[in-house]
Amino acid sequence: MLDISSTDVLLVGGGGAGLRAAIAVAEMNPNLNVAVVSKVYPMRSHTVSAEGGAAGAIRPDDSLDEHAYDTISGGDWLSDQNAVEVFVKEAPEELLRLERWGCPWNREPDGHIAVRPFGGMKKERTWFAADKTGFHMLHTLFQTSLKYKAVTRYDEYFATKLLIDDGRVQGVVAIELASGKIQAITAKAVILCTGGCGRVFPFTTNAAIKNGDGMSLAYRAGAPLKDMEFIQYHPTGLPFTGILITEAARSEGGYMLNKDGYRYLQDYNLGKPQPTPVLRSMELGPRDRLSQAFVKEFEKGRTTDSPYGAVVHLDLRHLGEKKINAKLPFVRELCLKYENLDPVTELIPVRPVVHYMMGGIHTDINGATPLKGLYAAGEAACVSINGANRLGSNSLTELLVFGARAGVSAAAFAQEQIAPSRHLLSQAADEETRLEDQFLNKTGGTERISTIREEMQKTMEAGAGIYRSGASLQESADKLRQLQERFMNINIDDRSRTFNTELTTALELAYMLDVAESMIQCALHRTESRGAHQRTDFPARDDQKFLAHSLVTRTEGGAPRVSYSPVTITRWPPAERVYGK
Amino acid sequence: MADKIALEVTRFSPERDKEPRLATYEVPLRKEWVVLDALNYVKDKVDGSLSFRWSCRMGVCGSCGMMVNGEPKLTCATFLTDYAPGPVRVEPLKNFPVMRDLIVEISDFLAKLTKVKPWIIRKDEKPLSEGEYLQTPEQLDTYKQFSMCINCLLCYAACPVYGLDPLFSGPAALALAQRYNMDSRDQGTDERMDILSQHDGIWGCTFVGECTEVCPKHVDPAGAIQQYKLTATKEWMKSMLMPWKGK
Repeated sequence: MLDISSTDVLLVGGGGAGLRAAIAVAEMNPNLNVAVVSKVYPMRSHTVSAEGGAAGAIRPDDSLDEHAYDTISGGDWLSDQNAVEVFVKEAPEELLRLERWGCPWNREPDGHIAVRPFGGMKKERTWFAADKTGFHMLHTLFQTSLKYKAVTRYDEYFATKLLIDDGRVQGVVAIELASGKIQAITAKAVILCTGGCGRVFPFTTNAAIKNGDGMSLAYRAGAPLKDMEFIQYHPTGLPFTGILITEAARSEGGYMLNKDGYRYLQDYNLGKPQPTPVLRSMELGPRDRLSQAFVKEFEKGRTTDSPYGAVVHLDLRHLGEKKINAKLPFVRELCLKYENLDPVTELIPVRPVVHYMMGGIHTDINGATPLKGLYAAGEAACVSINGANRLGSNSLTELLVFGARAGVSAAAFAQEQIAPSRHLLSQAADEETRLEDQFLNKTGGTERISTIREEMQKTMEAGAGIYRSGASLQESADKLRQLQERFMNINIDDRSRTFNTELTTALELAYMLDVAESMIQCALHRTESRGAHQRTDFPARDDQKFLAHSLVTRTEGGAPRVSYSPVTITRWPPAERVYGK
Repeated sequence: MADKIALEVTRFSPERDKEPRLATYEVPLRKEWVVLDALNYVKDKVDGSLSFRWSCRMGVCGSCGMMVNGEPKLTCATFLTDYAPGPVRVEPLKNFPVMRDLIVEISDFLAKLTKVKPWIIRKDEKPLSEGEYLQTPEQLDTYKQFSMCINCLLCYAACPVYGLDPLFSGPAALALAQRYNMDSRDQGTDERMDILSQHDGIWGCTFVGECTEVCPKHVDPAGAIQQYKLTATKEWMKSMLMPWKGK
């Protein structure tokens, strides 16, 4: 039987963006009820894994314009410059607000906030809490959120559908995992803060929960996804596990070495090697360029073989034990625990790993999607400040700035709405029937969920990796269509209503198949190379045709349709990306 | 090294079982596999109905705490080979009600965490335009360790007091209370003291220290509780000797 509850503003996702949005609503209007619907306890959200830091210009030698320029050039001119201007302006105050809430930012000896260098940034502006910045930000936000009475948490509720009536999003259907009860939660505004979807790929830094839930929910409801072809490979993942070794390891002075012990980045137009880090140069180049350099080194036979694919090495030995312990304790902990090596005395084997989605649910600078009542923020959204390649340490700040903005605008919208209509109940009942027929009571399926998932991941890596081509993408598109069909024939062993994780695994796979298809279609249509989207058959950037965002929408029959919208240029006309100069 | 190891896993479904039972699965024994990889192998290849929580697989989200051969462990950071030749027994975290297979009910912790007011409390607040509150690295160091808690709840599974007295606030909640008390930006110690000096607060702890032993992040909750007791005793003495100085 359906359970029904209602709220004013409903968040799906309780990570950094979701919690920041929830607090923004509660602070703006304490009379509004806020619901945080999350498939995990909020402090488990993947923000927790972010390591290096959060960018915001505060030093006297820095400026908002320089932060904006680094972000825009880093994004290969696909960022919307009005969004970037808002972002860099609000970044320092948001980071400061987190300081008020107790975030243990690293400090200078005199007690002021300390900042560190980061890839693609011309000035030192990355705030950090050792190399567990995301962890501290998330726990600070979560613990602070506990003081707001207006915030009701729906912990371990899995959202399956957006409720829409009268052209307006008015809530969600969610499964309470503990009981298996299917519940309609109606709301006057919904904000999707469900993060990215690295799990579409086989080798990723992303947690198990990152399956593109919100992207797919929005897409199925008719909202466009934007720039889905831009997938960030982080250059330094540990082989096998895909555990991230933070870029801070390089900003503190780490070297990237090929199998000959040579700092190979000097061969890729990223500057000349110096003993200490030089901003916007060599190891502090942008992630897309570093990951592409790895592929070239591999092709030249200058990488090292490992059981889990080719690797290069990250060398921290010259930093010394003291600095590593003070600035990179988590890097050392992860290496010791998972690779059984000590970076104080040994080289760390690393390879590029899928890390972040530049694309996401299309929103304006207030987090609003084109669908009335629906908002999005964080990695799930695409505003876009990140363009074709995100700079490290911009995403933690992004989830604060645009989480807050989405919260404020959703609250303002909710205040003007009347209570959701009764029509929604029949939609929710239909959704309950769908879940029962297609999953809970389904019999006779023969396909294993994990097999389809693995095949999807394999075809995504083969077709839409660091370098793609029309042929590789077409092959993946065909494969994905087959997998969609095979998904209809999955087998489900679990008949229990209590914490049925086989059901959620199946639903997550369905989300990922949607998102994977949107990525492949956007990548197929963009016949140029820009940032993280490198087409071997179209190696040059083409501003004439593609200084534009891809927008992919789901058509009536379910097929994706790709169109384009212009990039907003304010003060920085497109130019060549120059590093190492 | 053998190429297989036996994994004994608690199975329980409230709709089906009166009580939990153990099921045994043969899983590949691979050098780089952690216990969580073995559980995922079972779920993916053998029995899709096996239920457990996990997410980051890098020891920071706090989801995958379970009992491994009787000890509370993060299964993503516990290697299978350490238990060769086996069997490896994986059970739900002790001291919590079991909901399903390896999943325990933890809302009690969330309620306790909220009760200790784990947020910055200030009587006055300077505007953002005046910049940060200064905090030296030394001041940061006084509470940093307690801020490392990932809420994995291994300490609750290890705590003999929580096992006997469910009203006890428990190690993680107390360490986090102390994290804010020690923060130079916070002015809420008195408020928290009122909550914590009750019988179910710090006085429940007998300083067994099991919590500190099992903490994967070296938070040292036992140390936090000791610090807290000292402050509480001092405050109590003060209020007895100088009642007019009280709140």
